[in-house]
Amino acid sequence: MKILVCISHVPDTTSKINFTDDSSKFDTNGVQFVINPNDEFGLTRAMWFKEKQAAQVTVVNVGGPETEPTLRKALAIGADAAIRVNVPATDGFSVAKQLAKVVEDGGYDLIIAGRESIDYNGGMVPGMVAALTNSNFVNNCIGLEVDGTTAKVSREIDGGKELVSASLPLIIGGQKGLVEESDLRIPNMRGIMMARKKPLTVLEPIDVNPETASVKFEKPAPKGAVKLVSSDNLDELISLLHNEAKVI
Amino acid sequence: MSVLVYTESDQGVFKKTAFEVASYAKAVADQLGTTVTAITLNSEDATQLENYGVNKILKVTDSALESFNAKIYASVIHQAAEKEGAKVVVVSSSVNSKYLAPLLAINLKAGYATNVLEAPSSTSPFVVKRTAFTNKAFEMFQINTDIKLLGISKNSFGIIENKTTCTSEEFSATIPDSGIQVDSVDKASDKVTIADAEIVVSAGRGLKGPENWGMIEELADVLGAATACSKPVSDLGWRPHSEHVGQTGKPVASNLYIAVGISGAIQHLAGINGSKVKVVINTDDEAPFFKAADYGIVGDAFTVVPELIEKLKVFKAQQ
Repeated sequence: MKILVCISHVPDTTSKINFTDDSSKFDTNGVQFVINPNDEFGLTRAMWFKEKQAAQVTVVNVGGPETEPTLRKALAIGADAAIRVNVPATDGFSVAKQLAKVVEDGGYDLIIAGRESIDYNGGMVPGMVAALTNSNFVNNCIGLEVDGTTAKVSREIDGGKELVSASLPLIIGGQKGLVEESDLRIPNMRGIMMARKKPLTVLEPIDVNPETASVKFEKPAPKGAVKLVSSDNLDELISLLHNEAKVI
Repeated sequence: MSVLVYTESDQGVFKKTAFEVASYAKAVADQLGTTVTAITLNSEDATQLENYGVNKILKVTDSALESFNAKIYASVIHQAAEKEGAKVVVVSSSVNSKYLAPLLAINLKAGYATNVLEAPSSTSPFVVKRTAFTNKAFEMFQINTDIKLLGISKNSFGIIENKTTCTSEEFSATIPDSGIQVDSVDKASDKVTIADAEIVVSAGRGLKGPENWGMIEELADVLGAATACSKPVSDLGWRPHSEHVGQTGKPVASNLYIAVGISGAIQHLAGINGSKVKVVINTDDEAPFFKAADYGIVGDAFTVVPELIEKLKVFKAQQ
């Protein structure tokens, strides 16, 4: 089985978010970048398939050279090979078009992506790749088994979950639940050494016109101070929620 | 060239977000000087939509639509958009709408904006305000394609009544092969879901153990709220993953969010910042959550919560 894991290179979850160039660009100054958490759950599940079902795992990212340390980390965790499509990720559609080309050329059976990246929160790339390559697609995936050419997938729905079957090739939008938080792997020294020798192929992009663009960013207005209510005076809290906030 | 809105139903009954996305579609249609067409899939009573500015309803009734399938639903909505010559298509931010929308965007060759908060600030160029960086920023987002697809953030635009004259017609769509088969659905029907809840009651490690969740459930019960939890609590297995809210869990956009014994890590706050009013109950007055909350009580949850339950019962009885 050939697996492709799509890796988004995102600011660490604790990063302070600031903007530059007249508020039109994310300020990367002093920001630590990581594998997008939703993708990391998928990568870890892919490692399971590598170990139990002898799957070959390739990771891919669409971005400039600055994203290579993130791909190397995925190699150190255990992926066999990496691909970087050498173009800045401008919008969801253009990233999906680049990935669709990689998917079609590589003949992958299973493509694992995160349900959304924690930076731009577009949540559209996995579904767009599926539509562009005419593959089956399951989003919000919280469990995945493969038997031959059929996948059994557990999907989170509002208020519960759903079990579905689909034939390969299949694209999933994964999230926590695919593996547990405690299953996530920190690369060890041997993995880091081996990652240096693994192939990282740089592909030139295809021509795509982005469909959308960021014009400007704003940060939320600073929040007013919290109104503290004494724990001896819960009637006041109820009154504030009823009369002032009007939420009960 | 009307605005098409997909008004989602569950077991034939409209979800509340259906009225919010219809209200949004009406606002966009007014800006563009056009009308609103709604598409409904197996809904029983579509006439309610006339209260929210919908001029025309395309009703699709087909047994193939009984269980949700993203590819089939996207195809049917696509066919409706083509029939109407829609230039703007509006959907909600429910799990199912976010699943089908990227497929629909490719079908329509439409630029797609998710998590949209407000009516377009300009229609030429077409610019909408959306959230990004998990509620830590807003993005002014421009769509350059001829057709635009908008996913509206829940509880952001609101439901606006707008009584109109509305016509309704049956629409029969071609159903494509699905490729995906639903084997089973496991859904608690008696509980309020985090996605639909007006109020969410959430608790963290401050509760000390899973055996202490009875009072959280009771508080939720009194308020008609959904229960949720912080990430450490779901990682420890005290509560199911489906209750985990925050950056890697479920997003919350309720009217009221009550956090009990949650310190307020930045990842947690990012996931719940879409809520309008936040109340925090914590013993530690230095907990970061107090900086993000509207109302706070410094106190022990084990005394505050039971007392709050009793007082809320009295309050509810008086209403």
